[in-house]
Amino acid sequence: MARWGLVIDLDRCTGCQACVVACKHENNVPFSTPETARGGRLMTWLQLVAADLPGRPTASALPLMCQQCDRPPCTDVCPTSATYLNPEGIVAQIYPRCIGCRYCTNACPYAVKVFNWTAPDWPDAMAPMRNPDVSLRPKGVVETCTFCHHRLIAARERARAAGREIAPDDYVPACVATCPAEAMVFGDLSDPHSEVAALAGSPRAFRWMEELGTQPKVIYLREGE
Amino acid sequence: MSDAHEAVIQPILTIGPVFRRWAVALGAVVAWAAIAWSWQLWHGLGATNLGRPIYWGLYITNFVFFIGVSHAGTLISAILRIVQAEWRRPITRMAEVITVLVLFFGVGNVVLDLGRPDRALNVILHPHFRSPLLWDVSSITVYLTASSIYLYLPLIPDIARLRDRTSGWRGRLYRRLAIGWSGTPRQWQRLERAIGVMAVLVIPIAVSVHTVVSWVFAMTIQPMWHSTIFGPYFVVGAIFSGIAAIITAMAIVRRVYHLERYLRPEHFSNLGLLLLVMTCLWFYFTFAEYLTTWYGHEPRELAVFNAKLSGPFAPLFWMMFVSCFVVPFVILANPRTRTIAGTVVASISVNVGMWLERFTIVVPSLSNPRAPVLTFMYRPSWVEWSLMAGCFAAFALLYMGFTKVFPIISMWELEAAAPVPVRPVVAAPLPMGVRP
Repeated sequence: MARWGLVIDLDRCTGCQACVVACKHENNVPFSTPETARGGRLMTWLQLVAADLPGRPTASALPLMCQQCDRPPCTDVCPTSATYLNPEGIVAQIYPRCIGCRYCTNACPYAVKVFNWTAPDWPDAMAPMRNPDVSLRPKGVVETCTFCHHRLIAARERARAAGREIAPDDYVPACVATCPAEAMVFGDLSDPHSEVAALAGSPRAFRWMEELGTQPKVIYLREGE
Repeated sequence: MSDAHEAVIQPILTIGPVFRRWAVALGAVVAWAAIAWSWQLWHGLGATNLGRPIYWGLYITNFVFFIGVSHAGTLISAILRIVQAEWRRPITRMAEVITVLVLFFGVGNVVLDLGRPDRALNVILHPHFRSPLLWDVSSITVYLTASSIYLYLPLIPDIARLRDRTSGWRGRLYRRLAIGWSGTPRQWQRLERAIGVMAVLVIPIAVSVHTVVSWVFAMTIQPMWHSTIFGPYFVVGAIFSGIAAIITAMAIVRRVYHLERYLRPEHFSNLGLLLLVMTCLWFYFTFAEYLTTWYGHEPRELAVFNAKLSGPFAPLFWMMFVSCFVVPFVILANPRTRTIAGTVVASISVNVGMWLERFTIVVPSLSNPRAPVLTFMYRPSWVEWSLMAGCFAAFALLYMGFTKVFPIISMWELEAAAPVPVRPVVAAPLPMGVRP
């Protein structure tokens, strides 16, 4: 069974935020305004934050999304198993089961889970641009990055139709596919020959807040070395 | 035969203009809250001022506060019953009623806080027992059941007495609720036994309830939530606010229904002493909790600590400290101020302070997350304040309603004690060979 992981090279990242836009577009993440964002209502699955990392004199721009922990604090506390760790290590969310108690959002040390405070407000012009492969979330449920799980399902179906095994290039999340600086690498961490597995073993590799025992599968490569 | 307690029975059977006026006023607040709730159901939780990362606010504060106050009744009355404190007799019922009624508002606030209240039953259809919220559901359900039984059992003889002197809807209601009580020695024996069992049973349940409520916070790894002291700290706070709630309710009932003959200064003084003990315990726990955090100097913990003691939450924190410790301690430690008025002032102060404590536990930790995401200053919206006012008004209304249907003072328990059994105070005989 694959263990999907993502490596982000902070030395290559230019902070252009193309991944942020790609993610929002790919996953039908509703729009926010600066006013709503100031009140804590920013809807985003991927954003750049200014993080103080060890050994760096100033804050670094860190692309932050669900860290896809192997020991996720969020799934433990969910009273209805609406969020759970699937067998391939992706932290999934069953929208129709979520009761909106927001315990998972509070348990997550990365604060990456977002809540639909209101029903999504889609401008008419944008409605036809939505991705038909991703369901729209109703008001009152929690959502977060799924490593573009719908792309995995599609890739697996394509491979099955062609009568072959799924290849590494078949499944890549939108942020990785978009990154113009090629700072993001995605793949199967359990495959020792994969690029992500090699990069995860790099001396520059670190997992953010790994001291909390969350065992994330998003791995960052330290900059400035 | 019941004439001896006419003062207790009369308020049940007569509804005066003062009662009506209060009922209308409180009903108006509840109606306003119903409008606010409809607004929230329509617009979603966007009607609150919550946001990322402050996902919990007023509703969860009220949840913890109400569940805390619920320790008033059952726990206090059970403990006093078991240690055979004779002075407890006129106050146990009004304490037990607080417990049962306030529990509904504790649970209700969680429902208010849900993004999808329509799916609340998913916690039963798809339960995940690793979630402390499920522990809460289990433990509060058991507590509500046990404390309802514990309220009902001692009511039976009093209901039977009312049954014998009423007709119409009241007569029918009492006949049904009295379940054939005729006061035979066998029935008395069974009743006393059942009450004794429930009194013992209810204590561990009550302790479990607030422990589990604290674990909702303590089981996460968030700064100043992840604390081993939280279980006992919350239980102490719960008993603390519970006693304060009893004293406040006692003072109101005493004045409104002229029950000065039953609720005497020594009741206030005794409960005031209990409140004083809890004041000191509360200070001890708070001091221990904050000193370890400060001394440990862990940056993330310290950020929350500073936000509370000197940052944006400092006014609330210090107001909590004054009203939870300084005011009650000064009043209650002095026998001359431990009067009815004094204990009531101390109790109201404690209730305000304990609400602030719940707020300053929930919000500051969420306002200072580990991850450097944008945070903001949470100020509850009109919907949140309205629903809070509605909860308090609805509680008062239900409590008033209870006093119009059932005796707020347990008549048969008073009679069982009168004349006060004079237990000779003799030193226990010393074992052989031991010299005094």
